[in-house]
Amino acid sequence: MTDLSHMNAMQTRRRLRNQKISATIRYAVLFAVGLVMLYPLIWLVGASFKTNAEIFANPGFIPSEPTMEGYRKGWETSTPYTFGRFFWNSFLIILPKTIGTAISCTLVAYGFARFDFPFKKILFGSVIAILLLPNVVTRIPQYILFRDLGWLDTFLPLWVPSALAGDAFFVFMLVQFLRSIPPDMEEAARVDGCNSFQTLIYIVVPMLAPALISVCLFQFMWTMNDFLGPLIYLSSVDKYPVSLALKLSIDTTEAFEWNRILAMSVLTITPALIVFFVAQRYFIEGISTGGVKG
Amino acid sequence: MARVQLSNLEKVYGGAFKAVHGINLDIEDGEFMVLVGPSGCAKSTTLRMVAGLEEITGGEIRIGDHVVNTLPPGKRSIAMVFQNYALYPHMKVRKNLGFGLKIAGRPKAEIEAAIQDVARILEIEPLLDRLPRQLSGGQAQRVALGRALIKKPGVFLFDEPLSNLDAKLRASMRVRITDLHKRLKERGLSSTVIYVTHDQTEAMTMGDRICVMQAGRILQVATPRDLYNHPADLFVASFIGSPEMNLIDGTLSPDTIHIGGQSVALAPEAASRLDHWPEQIVLGVRPQHLRLVTDDGPALDATMTGAEFMGHEVNIHALLDGKPIVSVTSPGEYEAATRAGDRIRLRPDPLALHIFDKGTGRNATRPALIN
Repeated sequence: MTDLSHMNAMQTRRRLRNQKISATIRYAVLFAVGLVMLYPLIWLVGASFKTNAEIFANPGFIPSEPTMEGYRKGWETSTPYTFGRFFWNSFLIILPKTIGTAISCTLVAYGFARFDFPFKKILFGSVIAILLLPNVVTRIPQYILFRDLGWLDTFLPLWVPSALAGDAFFVFMLVQFLRSIPPDMEEAARVDGCNSFQTLIYIVVPMLAPALISVCLFQFMWTMNDFLGPLIYLSSVDKYPVSLALKLSIDTTEAFEWNRILAMSVLTITPALIVFFVAQRYFIEGISTGGVKG
Repeated sequence: MARVQLSNLEKVYGGAFKAVHGINLDIEDGEFMVLVGPSGCAKSTTLRMVAGLEEITGGEIRIGDHVVNTLPPGKRSIAMVFQNYALYPHMKVRKNLGFGLKIAGRPKAEIEAAIQDVARILEIEPLLDRLPRQLSGGQAQRVALGRALIKKPGVFLFDEPLSNLDAKLRASMRVRITDLHKRLKERGLSSTVIYVTHDQTEAMTMGDRICVMQAGRILQVATPRDLYNHPADLFVASFIGSPEMNLIDGTLSPDTIHIGGQSVALAPEAASRLDHWPEQIVLGVRPQHLRLVTDDGPALDATMTGAEFMGHEVNIHALLDGKPIVSVTSPGEYEAATRAGDRIRLRPDPLALHIFDKGTGRNATRPALIN
């Protein structure tokens, strides 16, 4: 008996030790890879507090003489506007675009997921085809179209395609999410007297909320980071969003003030990071239920 | 008045698959009608067509005095209880109950009063401020019932409402629903019920009348007692009753039924009820009417293969000429008969025989008082 219990205890100890070793190795590898991925970001934050001279002299990320000069001068910019103006412009682009996307994509996805109409398969097929089409291909026809409409140097070319459910990815994501929700609740609502639109507002949209939040977050981040769209359609500096404004500070100075650029880069990514961390739970929920389950 | 009339009702899917074959059914005002049948028999489709959730491709549906073929569900004076409750997940119980009235534009005070009333009847008052995901199955089903009740509809539609509940809860909900139906009737409220189920116990215990369906056709509409005592054809015979009716192939001569090498005498009372004399028949005997005997009178010899002890009775499984049959007997008779071994003798009740025409499957015996 004692031999057996002794052996059991030894086995348990060995198993625990093996588990510990394996966990240590796993976490070490994860930490190392994570650090490699995150290092540029950490360096960016550190370097934004350095002087211009130190940025290239010192490879570490902790500044030897921390200074806010990069932020102060960067905020003023070399244009008549402060960086606040560019943030405001970004906001003016993002807000209508995100709202438009949420509304239009919900309507289109609801239609595809819940109604039968002629040519539904072909139409949904073309939505998927758009998903596979490289963005660049449509740039020139779109540019010509918007030029003829007289929309150049306005925010309209940035808003309108999204407000008309032009982002096939979001439509697809919402359709998949809707397909994973049983239609019984909507039928119950119809029996309760709702028409299709009331069903959408009172029943479908609340159930779609996790996916809709993901859609809004994606759209927010992609628009915040979008460089090509504003570059093509906006020509006046007073309409530039932050992504263009960053590039501006590189163009207009002969010797680049790197610490200003880095400081403004840090400010630029801050809203996206904050939004992501605040809404992370919904974000993951929306993607996993929409993308995987569907 | 909420009489429901289905005339030549048809449903064709995609122009090819015919799910419902022109059925006719007349459900009286205040009647509890159960649609029962195996899965895929189109009972749910029929119910959903009455609800307006499924378009009809032929025929007519009348609720009260109105043809409702193209009316949206909300305008048909119906309420529906779904199998998986279909409560709105983001609304508290209170809002779930009041939603229909809110959509109908009723004043807030009236809605609140109606919610309190229904909650009291169904004993869900403590649950009013919970979300559906915080409810147990039975509670959720009561809320779903309340959501139907609160609208005071002409017709209640139930789509297998109890199949997600455990056996004990199902039994108590069965009583609750029939009780509720009775109380509505007593109060003089319109209370026609169409209840879909695949469970024959529910059908037998709840329905005023039962409509047995198979493959999109109605086979028989009758009261539970008539359905049990006089099934119109082989399918109904095997579908209703537990354990299933024994169906044994045989031939018919003027005073005898031959089964394999054995025979059963055809009593004059039974013979007089035959509306025609098919030669090839299927003899139907309910297990309850197949007595296990130990005397020397005429009986069928069989070999027992097993027995299920149910408490108050014993289900005996046996082979009659190589075909499995079941007999229900009392524990005392079982012990007396099996003392001698596996060879047993079974005597069918001569007045409880059903003789089915093998060619058509129809019951050739006219109804009589069989108990």
